[in-house]
Amino acid sequence: MRDTYPFGIASIPLDQCVRLHSSSGTTGNPTVVLHSAKDLHEWANALARSLWMVGCRPEDVFQNTSGYGMFTGGLGFQYAAEMLGMLTVPAGAGNTLRQLKFFTDFGTTVVHAIPSYAARLYEVMCQQGIDPRRDTKLKIMAIGAEPHSEDTRKRIEEMLGLKAYNSFGMSEMCGPGVAFECKEQNGMHIWEDYYIVEIVDPDTLEPVPEGEVGELVLTTLNREAMPLLRYRTRDLTRILPGKCPCGREHKRLDRMKGRSDDMIILKGVNIFPIQIETILAQYKDLASDFLITLNTVEDNDDMTVEVELSELANVDDYAYLQNLSKDITRKLRDEILVTPKVKLLPKGALPRSEGKAVRVKDLRKKY
Amino acid sequence: MTVQQISVFLENKSGSLAKVFRTLSDAGIQLITSTLADTADYGVCRILCDNPEKAYSVLSKEGFSVTKTEVFAIVLDDRPGRAADAIACFAEGGISISYLYSFLYEGKGVLVFRTSEMEKAVALIAANGLVEAKL
Ligand SMILES: [Zn+2]
Repeated sequence: MRDTYPFGIASIPLDQCVRLHSSSGTTGNPTVVLHSAKDLHEWANALARSLWMVGCRPEDVFQNTSGYGMFTGGLGFQYAAEMLGMLTVPAGAGNTLRQLKFFTDFGTTVVHAIPSYAARLYEVMCQQGIDPRRDTKLKIMAIGAEPHSEDTRKRIEEMLGLKAYNSFGMSEMCGPGVAFECKEQNGMHIWEDYYIVEIVDPDTLEPVPEGEVGELVLTTLNREAMPLLRYRTRDLTRILPGKCPCGREHKRLDRMKGRSDDMIILKGVNIFPIQIETILAQYKDLASDFLITLNTVEDNDDMTVEVELSELANVDDYAYLQNLSKDITRKLRDEILVTPKVKLLPKGALPRSEGKAVRVKDLRKKY
Repeated sequence: MTVQQISVFLENKSGSLAKVFRTLSDAGIQLITSTLADTADYGVCRILCDNPEKAYSVLSKEGFSVTKTEVFAIVLDDRPGRAADAIACFAEGGISISYLYSFLYEGKGVLVFRTSEMEKAVALIAANGLVEAKL
């Protein structure tokens, strides 16, 4: 896709295409994804079906906190929510105070947000004295685009008093709506009338036995402008064995375990940011934002994890603060087999991003 | 009777302490005293002021990590060795003190300390004729 940028692998003449999305990507050159009118319709249909599955109905009010540019979470959810018949509030990214005003003024019941922004919404609600249960009608949230743990989901649900469903997609496959959790909240049904699903060993490219983790490989079944055959997504996951109690036959993908390309190799150990997040999310005294910084110190790899305190932390108590950072260090070491430096920060100290949160900063010397 | 103290968690970064005091003065809050304790990574600023409830709410609203804590404040009269006596009586009474600081208020020395053994401390203060400060 990168080699043929921008239009090299279009399968239909450009005059039959009606939209393109371009991803800057986190690794190198941009890619372009082209859509025909039918492609857009199919995309909206797959995502509308996903939203229906978690209980969205035409009487709902849907607010989208995604950016509406090239980021497919904007227009993707917009068209799907309209197709389903919900009243849509295309709020766009950022301006949290305005988002909250829309919640209360328009009676928003369904919201789409990335997990780090869900936490930000709650933070500002607290500052403004807004109780999400009392002052809003929120009941369903679609969360995706950032890998997150089960604890993070539970925390979002607890904070905002709603049900949060994991959404999976990627711009190469249109965007959100490739796979989505049902009400069981145990694995995301991947729409097999749209995709052929394979899980392969990233090194040998051979299929792994059912239930084992490997790289997700997808083939699109009904794309016109840009069909993709056996596309390597770089996402690591597994197929959950067995049938879903909800009765749907579409296979279920487990939570993403990370990406084969956002893996950190530190002192020869493979580490995924999701492992760090899973540990940090166990602490009530910590907020959900964190930043991993990799550095070269005296020719050695060095990892610092900065994490913000939540409003529950007792900042008057030194012994407690010291024990807290020691305890986090120990748990992280047990999980990733490398001892990081843990730095506690006041809440709000890490830079907030409107898009996908930056979790890793690699400042190591490159040889 | 205890006094409400506000503790603010700070990054070791220039300007963060100034922002705390600016926030308080903008809200019309009078500072009585403040102390700063720090490690290589962070600092904790402890504040006594005329309106701790309001201080807590304005600082939280500004996004600071803040905790309210009950501390004891004892007035020390001019007799030499009064501070030493007071501290000795807590040691003898067997209560552990997590931190302690002192300052001058309206011409008198005030000793502030924090302990988790609140009831014991109240009893000791009464038994030793110590006077609690009215701030
Ligand atoms: Zn299901």
